[in-house]
Amino acid sequence: MEILLQQIINGLVQGSVYALVALGYTMVYGILGLINFAHGEVVMVGAMVALAVIKVLLATALSPVLVLLLSLLAAVGVCMALGYGIERVAYRPLRHAPRLAPLITAIGVSIVLQTLAMIIWGREYHAFPQLLPNASHSIGGAVINEVQIAIVLVAVLMMAGLLLLVHRTRLGRAMRAVAENPSAAALMGVNINGVISTTFMLGSALAAVAGLMVSANYGIVHYYMGFMLGLKAFTAAVLGGIGNLRGAMLGGVMLGLIESLGAGYSGALTGGMFGSNYQDVFAFIVLIAVLIFRPSGLLGERVAERA
Amino acid sequence: MLRNSGALLFSALLASMLLGCGKSETTSTNTSGDALVVKIGAAAPLTGAQAHIGKDNENGTRMAIEDANARGIMIGGRKAHFELLSEDDQTDPKAATIVAQKLVDARVNGVIGHLNSGTTIPAARIYNDNGIAQISPSATAVAYTAQGYKTAFRVMANDAQQGRVLGEFAAKNLQARNIAVIDDRTAYGQGIADEFIKAAEASGAQIVAHEYTSDKAMDFTAVLTSIKGKKPDLLFYAGMDPQGVPLVKQLKSLGLNAKFMMGDGGYTPKMIELAGAAAEGMYASLPGVPLDQMPGGREFAKRYEAQFKQPIQLYAPYCYDAVNVMISAMQKAGSVESAKYLQELAKISHDGVTAKIMFDEKGDLKGGAITLYQVKQGKWSVIETVGGAPAAKH
Repeated sequence: MEILLQQIINGLVQGSVYALVALGYTMVYGILGLINFAHGEVVMVGAMVALAVIKVLLATALSPVLVLLLSLLAAVGVCMALGYGIERVAYRPLRHAPRLAPLITAIGVSIVLQTLAMIIWGREYHAFPQLLPNASHSIGGAVINEVQIAIVLVAVLMMAGLLLLVHRTRLGRAMRAVAENPSAAALMGVNINGVISTTFMLGSALAAVAGLMVSANYGIVHYYMGFMLGLKAFTAAVLGGIGNLRGAMLGGVMLGLIESLGAGYSGALTGGMFGSNYQDVFAFIVLIAVLIFRPSGLLGERVAERA
Repeated sequence: MLRNSGALLFSALLASMLLGCGKSETTSTNTSGDALVVKIGAAAPLTGAQAHIGKDNENGTRMAIEDANARGIMIGGRKAHFELLSEDDQTDPKAATIVAQKLVDARVNGVIGHLNSGTTIPAARIYNDNGIAQISPSATAVAYTAQGYKTAFRVMANDAQQGRVLGEFAAKNLQARNIAVIDDRTAYGQGIADEFIKAAEASGAQIVAHEYTSDKAMDFTAVLTSIKGKKPDLLFYAGMDPQGVPLVKQLKSLGLNAKFMMGDGGYTPKMIELAGAAAEGMYASLPGVPLDQMPGGREFAKRYEAQFKQPIQLYAPYCYDAVNVMISAMQKAGSVESAKYLQELAKISHDGVTAKIMFDEKGDLKGGAITLYQVKQGKWSVIETVGGAPAAKH
């Protein structure tokens, strides 16, 4: 029982990590119908920038909370600028090109960012310092620490905040208009370029927050960390219905739970035939099954069409 | 616009073809002026999760080549000039075969690599088909030299030896009765896990769980939780340090009270630097004697740190030796052609930095030692060295 509870907590935390990253994917897809494959790398840049700022500020006498906040601000700022730049350089020139073209530039941007990060920060793993006390709490014998609680909360809060933004604000209305029909939106006086740039900057700001949370949880940062994370988050976004913000959260948490319960119990349930080596297989079998019966994911597709 | 870019593409193609031609011309002659140009290929992951260890390999190889050039080596009466062709195999078996073919096409005289067993094994076939000598500094899977290739050598004890030493140490010295194993499903992880399990069971321990992960994973809480339910007194992770670090941290935060052990993939300074307090008390092994007991270990470490401004990660001294063994065979044969110096390589006896290097009929290192280490007060300290008589005598 205690083990089951622990596996559910593991899955919930892991799923929230996926959801944090998936929100950024889904946000951009919802507005533009474009999969920004460089998103995982933006997460990595966020983590790297935060770490660099923390290293500098730790030498000063600032309080740890302030250091953390400043590093978060710096990471968000750099990532927003990066998001703007990526859109400007790699996607805007191809906005009217066939859909395959921006996909390829997205992969290109992702490789460029990875390599740049490797040149700037080196090939080795960096330790991410623990700034705040990270006490463990026991719930019915299962353990969860404070960073993990924060991850779950931040994921939920970010999803709620984005929903409010998209459905309750003027900017959100413009975003939905652009998503539905860019030319019509332009005729109605919506600044399309502005809205799309803002969407990218928002998505990248989310990536920065995700980068910081992920590094605080695992305690290490590496130029390659964005790749696998991006892949899993993308899977989560598709599972939940890409373009749908609630779907990203649901897909992330489901993927996390399937992975941890699959790894924990598949061996026992199948009499040792399928062990934890099939962990990823289960996740993707579920994904395929969902896509066969619900091709647009669990909660349907784009934000705007549902609004 | 379109026409322009077409023309640009065409001229780029043309240019690359011309460049390509020029390149193949210079490689086919293999000489420049009166010096004999010797191309040493090197392959290791220079990008990806294990890039830090791969770069370390490249550094070790580079140092040996620079030293050889500075010494002015004569081969067959001519002054030899060594060149390094370093390739990135991305720890990916598929990429490894492409890189191997690339080195073959560049007509290298010998190859130092690859780093991982999973890449070394498939690449070995390509070197063998083309008759090019290959010395792996660090591939430890038994399968590498079991393919029966006359071109394949390694300067490090294999997993049969290492896994056995680790398994016996866990069961006998550490008195572990219930052992859990996680392996990363790479050729290295699987190989060493199997040997570890065999030896531990033979020594009276019981394997209560055998779980799996991948060499790209970051989160191990699920398998660790399931292992926690089996209450092991020792956990062996068969994999490399990028996974070892988060694994040992998550192990501690889940409150799993078991001793933690890894093979050579965990014996790095990074492991302690990144895992911090969580690494305290963990065990790891490395084929060979400890660096400061190696015949030229201390001096090598000092020079390495001076040149590359970082400590040795893992296998750099083995790469250094691999190059020198190859050069020494070339000198003995009076030729830089693999076909001619391979026989000399097979019967070489070379006093290296890591040990006295001699190969058995398979191409494995003869009498390789295995050393066990434990993290004590944030430092790797030696527990004991098993085997390796030739190295100790020297």
